[in-house]
Amino acid sequence: MSDMALNTPPEPGALELEEAQQDNRSRWLLALPAMVIIGCFATLPLLVMLVYAFLTPGDYGNVVWKFSTDGWVSVLLQRDIFDDTLMWADAHLSIFWRSLRLSLITTILTLIFGVPTAWFIATRPREKRQFWLFLVTVPFWTNLLVRTIAIQELIRSEGVINLILLKIGIIDEPIQMMFTDFAIGFGMTYVYLPLMVLPVYAAVDKLDFRLVEAAHDLYAGRWTAFRRVILPLIKPGIIAGSILVFIPCLGAYVTPRVLGGGKNLMFGNLIELQFGAGRNWPLGAALSLTLMAIVMVALIYYVRVTSREREDV
Amino acid sequence: MKKLFAAASVLALSATGAMAQELNIYNWGNYTNPKLIEKFEAETGIKVTITDYDSNDTALAKVKAGGHGFDIVVPSATYVPIWVSEGLLEETRPDEMENFSNVDPVWIDVPWDEGRHYTVPWQWGTTGVAVNTKYYDGDIDTSAIFMDPPEELKGKINVVPEMGDVMGLAIMYYGGEPCTNDKEILKQVRDGLVEAKKSWLGMDYGNIEKFAKEDVWAGVNWNGSTFRMRLANEDIAYGYPKEGYVVWMDSVAVLKDAQNMEEAKTFQNFIMEPENAALISEFARYANGITGSEEFMPEDMKTAREINIPAELKDKGTFLPTCDPDTQALYTRIWTDLQK
Amino acid sequence: MSETTLSGSKIETETVVPAASGKKAPKGYSVSTLPGFSVVAIFTFFALYAPIMILVLYSFNAGTSLAIWEGFSLRWYVQAAGNERVIDAAIRSLILAGASATIASICATMAALATTRTRRFKGRTMIYALINQPLMVPEIVTAVALLIVFAWIKVMTGYTSLLYLIAAHTAFCIPFAYLPIRARLETMDDTLEVAARDLYASPMQVFRRVTLPLMWPGIIAGFMLAFVISLDDVVITEFVKSAGQETIPTYMLGQLRRVVTPEVNAISTIILVSGAILVSLFFWVSRERR
Repeated sequence: MSDMALNTPPEPGALELEEAQQDNRSRWLLALPAMVIIGCFATLPLLVMLVYAFLTPGDYGNVVWKFSTDGWVSVLLQRDIFDDTLMWADAHLSIFWRSLRLSLITTILTLIFGVPTAWFIATRPREKRQFWLFLVTVPFWTNLLVRTIAIQELIRSEGVINLILLKIGIIDEPIQMMFTDFAIGFGMTYVYLPLMVLPVYAAVDKLDFRLVEAAHDLYAGRWTAFRRVILPLIKPGIIAGSILVFIPCLGAYVTPRVLGGGKNLMFGNLIELQFGAGRNWPLGAALSLTLMAIVMVALIYYVRVTSREREDV
Repeated sequence: MKKLFAAASVLALSATGAMAQELNIYNWGNYTNPKLIEKFEAETGIKVTITDYDSNDTALAKVKAGGHGFDIVVPSATYVPIWVSEGLLEETRPDEMENFSNVDPVWIDVPWDEGRHYTVPWQWGTTGVAVNTKYYDGDIDTSAIFMDPPEELKGKINVVPEMGDVMGLAIMYYGGEPCTNDKEILKQVRDGLVEAKKSWLGMDYGNIEKFAKEDVWAGVNWNGSTFRMRLANEDIAYGYPKEGYVVWMDSVAVLKDAQNMEEAKTFQNFIMEPENAALISEFARYANGITGSEEFMPEDMKTAREINIPAELKDKGTFLPTCDPDTQALYTRIWTDLQK
Repeated sequence: MSETTLSGSKIETETVVPAASGKKAPKGYSVSTLPGFSVVAIFTFFALYAPIMILVLYSFNAGTSLAIWEGFSLRWYVQAAGNERVIDAAIRSLILAGASATIASICATMAALATTRTRRFKGRTMIYALINQPLMVPEIVTAVALLIVFAWIKVMTGYTSLLYLIAAHTAFCIPFAYLPIRARLETMDDTLEVAARDLYASPMQVFRRVTLPLMWPGIIAGFMLAFVISLDDVVITEFVKSAGQETIPTYMLGQLRRVVTPEVNAISTIILVSGAILVSLFFWVSRERR
């Protein structure tokens, strides 16, 4: 309630109260279309999955309507295939850890490359900005798979990068880049870059540079100004971008599979396997709901913290 | 531009459905020769729409859910019994159709459809190993190529990420029967695969380029795909593991809830014609199981080792049966363990 | 009128910079340049286009490979132009992405207006969580669940049009459109809007003349993201599509196991070039108008 007190007059009269209620009503009305669409085509399916997670797998995929919690149990615990001892499902844990690590690295890399790019675009003359913005999205009009194959072409042993490096004499032997972690990192950063650039751009674009100037007038160096003035102001954009990159990354698998050679599963593959050849839909549902719960808690915590900061200052 | 508008209007109309005769085929992607469809349309006046799927499981899940609008599906042999037992296929009795006499007797009494009451052969092939002989000149007719790789090939091996095929090959390598639930053998299989994986480069599809450009030197592969590789790089050869290799067949079946039942049967009959079956093979480069189709096939396919199994290795090939659910669950666990 | 004239008193107090650092700020440079940023940006643009150049190059390959160059030819363009399935899929992809991204951006804009620049009201966190929910669910899960729900509707009504795909795509595009718009709105203060209201502008006028132009860059960014996301979606489309409803990504997915030919490169190049022409036209027209 303390945050309310900050914004509302100390003694709200009946009129203000009514106004606030009306305001609330119109806000709900505005959010309604988005909520209805998402409710019907994203949340409802999720509820179907929630039900499925408590059922028994059918013999050949799908489910049998018999209550069971096996799906949930085997997210974390599994019997050893050979000696039947109960143990941690270390395969699931290590796959989850791999996806988590990849998402973190990708988010950091998109920040490193995306923020300067967004900054660059937002500091072009006003009429040229949309052109640059467009230039960022154009590569993504092509098909993901063709694009990934093209990336592979760049990094193969006889690929362009190796040829150039050989020519200018930096290396004597072609570097093995194909099917390595470098390839995955490069590919993921590539694929998720616009998800970082666009929200950050939207935030930088409305930055009031007079504030930066004021900071300089107060003898702040470039980096101090960046850290203390610019960063707080473009933070909403960076937060939005990080969410958009980090979360979808957790479930991604096409790019890591093609570029990484697919020797190791990603969490997305693991879930897909249960709905496919594994024929264990309840486990698939339980795995994805677990993932979702983790992400949800992290996200709500994140939003709470960041919005509190905003209200504090 | 005109074409664009035409296509857009077709798109708008497709929801309402036209009066003309139609046929909706649901098949593996990049598997249907457009020439075959043109010929079928010209001969019968039936308008064909093709829709792709990328895995047996996706196709099964979609058709089972209902409301799909497909008439024909092309499941793999391992899956046909599931389709039948789930009551998804119409018993169209291809064995009583006019062109059935063209079907090679070998392909009539098959385990997944005795006497061919439901399905018609589409294409068949094998899963074996592909090796670049420039880098390794030893015996290639063995699964040791990927299970216990020779020193020369280590680090340059790719295995297709196909659970059924790879598990089948590995089980046979250790002397088991496909779909076995013998824990002794499965333990060997798991430990063997985990150990072998250390010398693999990747588990990936789309290898024709990687083999041709010699990023990959050996691995588990399909025969038709290896055939295409050899056309791009003549050092590549196809091996039939003597410990046992996988034979597979995709067959054309009609769905129970097909809206164009007669047209679908017409299509089943149509592809048993040798000339038409040859068109199927010409496109995807696999054999088809129709006698007399060879003479219509491209010259290079008639002698290719990839397509024509050497006599001494013929009996080493096995169809993968449909594993029971518990065994399948075991295999999924091993597969997950392998890639954790 | 530009946003740079806006400076909310709130923001200014938020960002008081301690002068204690004692360093003398070097003058004589534009405050909008940060060292290294332009270099990184140029490099990023270069890296973005390097694979695209490869892709376009191989669309002119005479051979059937995406990696082995066999000379220049237009054969894949000829083949693509003659391949009804591929053209059909490309047009369907564009219609689908256009429709979904448009609906998603409109909904997202409204939702962003509802959830920003307000004190915390009851249910705000809930709306926020709901809108971002599609992001958090792995695609395959939504795909399988939608398959079940939609199949049920399709069997009941016998109606199988592109609308199912548009609905599914719109739902997962909304968060992608919402977040950039929200980020834009978040710290946009309402000085101008209040001023306009004080000058007796109607709420509609305020929105059209003041709020919307201020939000516009956010909306454009949101729309572009949604468009690209829809254009690339494969898993949900694969499960929801009815007979004949192929898109470019599902068409490609089917090819993956067999052999991928430069035909799709040719199609991609055509989409790229036509998109570039369309957008340049749009810029040109809007500049003329200005």
